Amino acid sequence: MISEQSKQRMRDLVSRYPLARSAVMPALYIAQREEGHLTQKGMQAVAEAIGLTVNDVESVATFYTMYYQQPEGKKQIKVCNSISCYLRGCDRLVQHLEERLGIKAGETTPVGNYTLRTVECLASCGTAPVLQVNDEFVENVTPAMLDVLIEGWERELKARKFEPDTAVGEGNSVGEIGRRPTPPWWFLPIPQPPR
Amino acid sequence: MPELIVTKDIDAPGLDTLEGYRQYAGYQALEKALKEYQPDELIELVKKSGLRGRGGAGFPTGLKWSFLAKNDKTRYLCCNCDESEPGTFKDRMLMEKNPHQLVEGVILTSYACRVSVAFIYVRGELAHAARQVQRAIEEAYAAGYIGKNILGSGFDLDVIMHRGAGAYICGEESALMESLEGRRGYPRLKPPFPAAIGLYGGPTVINNCETLCTIPAIVRNGAEWYASFGTEKSKGTRVFCLSGHVKRPGNYELPLGTPLRTLIYDEQYGGGILGDKQIKAIIPGGSSTPMLGADKLDTPLDFEAVAAAGSMLGSGGVVVIDEDTCIVDAVLRMSDFYRDESCGKCTPCREGTFWMVQLLERLERGHGKLRDIDLLMDVCDNMYGRVFCPLGDAATSPVTSSIKLFRDEYEYHVRAGRCLVGPGAHRAPATTP
Repeated sequence: MISEQSKQRMRDLVSRYPLARSAVMPALYIAQREEGHLTQKGMQAVAEAIGLTVNDVESVATFYTMYYQQPEGKKQIKVCNSISCYLRGCDRLVQHLEERLGIKAGETTPVGNYTLRTVECLASCGTAPVLQVNDEFVENVTPAMLDVLIEGWERELKARKFEPDTAVGEGNSVGEIGRRPTPPWWFLPIPQPPR
Repeated sequence: MPELIVTKDIDAPGLDTLEGYRQYAGYQALEKALKEYQPDELIELVKKSGLRGRGGAGFPTGLKWSFLAKNDKTRYLCCNCDESEPGTFKDRMLMEKNPHQLVEGVILTSYACRVSVAFIYVRGELAHAARQVQRAIEEAYAAGYIGKNILGSGFDLDVIMHRGAGAYICGEESALMESLEGRRGYPRLKPPFPAAIGLYGGPTVINNCETLCTIPAIVRNGAEWYASFGTEKSKGTRVFCLSGHVKRPGNYELPLGTPLRTLIYDEQYGGGILGDKQIKAIIPGGSSTPMLGADKLDTPLDFEAVAAAGSMLGSGGVVVIDEDTCIVDAVLRMSDFYRDESCGKCTPCREGTFWMVQLLERLERGHGKLRDIDLLMDVCDNMYGRVFCPLGDAATSPVTSSIKLFRDEYEYHVRAGRCLVGPGAHRAPATTP
């Protein structure tokens, strides 16, 4: 379900742009954040807020790789496998993660804890090889580091009900020219798991 | 060490906040420009500085600005921060560590081009960079640098951060506009060029992140000062992103015209090759530019010299490949990228990138035939210049340049059924499937 609050945020976004449909990408992020991935209901809400058909919204959502059509794991691990990371041994990392997590790249563990993906260049070639965990960078990664990381994730996943924390996406809340924005909801600090 | 421009004080603590940025001459350029310059004078200033676009094409920035159609339609500025070229990581650093410099550049450019709404299109994967740019915009609004009647000059501007969602093609300027308008990121037919009919049909100027980050320093210190760096035709400095098999990879800002050898071997910069091996190939400007052999090490890094050596300066992503790397496997990795990122709009690119990967995989696994190498060249020939946008042209660069330089190694894969160097050199020769 998409909350009324989220729907209102989508409608606010529309007024920000010169053309309503420009708000479709940030609105899709809002829908995705609410449910973890994009559902029919989520795209329906986006369509209604912006005044498009659901098919139109879906055509946009399916073009971009960061809108997920399937549920993602609570820990989403993206390993860069482009040229610079390849030269610095990213394949070893992918192999190690596949062995430790028991899944292939592109899959999610059956309980939904981890999703492992190989992705294209993450703009961190100077600190290759790199990976992103829920959109935050881990740089200069070695297989030994992966073991430490996995231990940490395991503890964290056991300790609490986990909320995915990809907190950016809608841009600034600027309305008509000159209105000073109030800090948007997602700008507030993200609650951290208890240690 | 020359005086740095874009990366000056980049590691100063607190530079990413408004207060910190102000301590390092932040927003002085904006105050100066609004007081002393008319918009057209600012365009002349940037023209005189010789600044050329840092995104890849190297088009003179001031000239681009002066091409904006003179009509009564609303003008827009798009700052292209959709950095995704393999081997390039300068914009991410500039956004994360000094977002106010970018915002100031955006405001100055908007003033010069009489733009009232500017967009900063940040790549989706760069969440931290997006947060930083976002916060800088909020702070600039609160301080009165963006909004209505900026610093009492009567100039109004809105800046909107727009986040992409994972599509390399949106770094192409017309696809970026499509994406901003809320559509699939397919490139548009040119002409009309964005300067005439761009975002929402208005005249639009699109500049790379690093280009706009350079503007405040030019306004502060003058065009002559900036033009004193670099070479006759390639003025100023540039952030080179050094990666691959070097001891000290990272972002290094150097005057244009610095030899490739200095960047790779100087102790201040790359510090030499890992394990003191020999260089096999160098990609001088991101994976979309043709690779150069080790004999081109003394090429000065400026637009003209790199072009004369047979490549392009591109986005400044210098990737160094050592002698123990299988070139077919490395090229396969780069071709994988273009296959995955091809948007699918035009047939030569959609099909061509797919076939390139098929052929390269066959060769790499030792099942290839000699004619496959010529077939690869043929596929590239049928793509280059026949595709809709530069992505397809770029996809052919690693393949054609590597076959020209290392045809022997490709042929070795066919004859021996395994790689010449690298991990694949030790495996048993492939048998015909």
